[in-house]
Amino acid sequence: MSGGPGTEVFRVDWLPGTDLLHGVCHCGAEHVAQDPVEMWRWMLAHPVGHTA
Amino acid sequence: MTAFPRNQWYVAAYGSEVGRELLGRTVLGEPIAFYRTADGAGEVVALADRCVHRRYPLSQGRLDGDTLVCGYHGFTYDRTGACVFVPGQKRVPRTARVAAYPVVEQDSLVWVWIGEPALADPRAVPRAPHLAGPGWTSVSGMEPVDCDFGLLVDNLLDLSHETYLHGGYIGTPEVAETPITTEVDEGAGIVRVSRHMDDAACPSFYARSTGIEGRITRWQDIEYHAPCLYLLHSRVAPVGVLPNPDGTDPDAFHIEITYAITPSAPGKVYDFWAVSRDFARDDPEVTTVLRDLNHTVVMQDVDALNILQRALDAEPAGGQELSINIDTGGLAARRILARLAEEGAAPAERVS
Repeated sequence: MSGGPGTEVFRVDWLPGTDLLHGVCHCGAEHVAQDPVEMWRWMLAHPVGHTA
Repeated sequence: MTAFPRNQWYVAAYGSEVGRELLGRTVLGEPIAFYRTADGAGEVVALADRCVHRRYPLSQGRLDGDTLVCGYHGFTYDRTGACVFVPGQKRVPRTARVAAYPVVEQDSLVWVWIGEPALADPRAVPRAPHLAGPGWTSVSGMEPVDCDFGLLVDNLLDLSHETYLHGGYIGTPEVAETPITTEVDEGAGIVRVSRHMDDAACPSFYARSTGIEGRITRWQDIEYHAPCLYLLHSRVAPVGVLPNPDGTDPDAFHIEITYAITPSAPGKVYDFWAVSRDFARDDPEVTTVLRDLNHTVVMQDVDALNILQRALDAEPAGGQELSINIDTGGLAARRILARLAEEGAAPAERVS
């Protein structure tokens, strides 16, 4: 479950000129991945693995 | 198969389709008969489309004032679904009632609530104000597709397919080549996918409707309100023409592309589509161009999705797919749909 609108926003930018994805969790943690499946796995595991 | 999210609003029809003739539509496997009352309010009524007597589809019947008369034996229902007449006897059995569905008519769309009626909140219906608002001219249509509704969501969340499936129409090389930004608002159930092309070829779709010659700045900002409403805010302008600092944007052409993705039955989906523009609003030729071109594009998708579903159906179970960067938004949508389906299947008290 989640809070109301705008309380949990996940963002993934495909970095221009690369094949990399840069993700920002709603908590501010950041992650770079080469694969959207892996990116969402990291994002949704919040906060597990955010400090790795 | 993508599970159906219940306790949600779905588009069942355009308001213009619902009148004094009965209209039958099936939403999430539930057959529904629609009509509009003859009183001054002209409200849309949505009743379960099966007579309590022998299950004959009520949409095959007729209206008598604001009551619906079954076309088989004459069982007659009022707008609340209560049976008010049965043939040959005075006593109407107390159980003689069909379900009446909560309905909202807004922005030229007829939304129906599928789920527990007590949970229906009309304020939760997402808006598409351009469909009926001043300043916009729209063309629209609806195509039934024989595919899992999740395939249509996949299709619309990843516009890189425009380059290949719709090449020569709305697709140019830049669409597939330009990186996207994906944002998921978990609480609102909204997925946003943006692709801003600074210097792109102008597809014939836009060249013919805007009159722009040469290359363009082309922005595509998707806003998917799961499960049903998909908005594509499309901005087209000559290369280098950007909005003013105050947000006004007088030198660009704005096209709002709206889809309502309504699961009908397993493997069947209604594909409602509309194109709204804020330019050449009174030009019938532009209207014709946009209607014809967009219908062609929609049918390219319909044909492809029908083919894809048949291919998937013919495969042995366990076939693998592969996702790449272009699928970031589609994957997010799939997950939100799965969550909504899970929540909709849960006991009712959790829905806020």
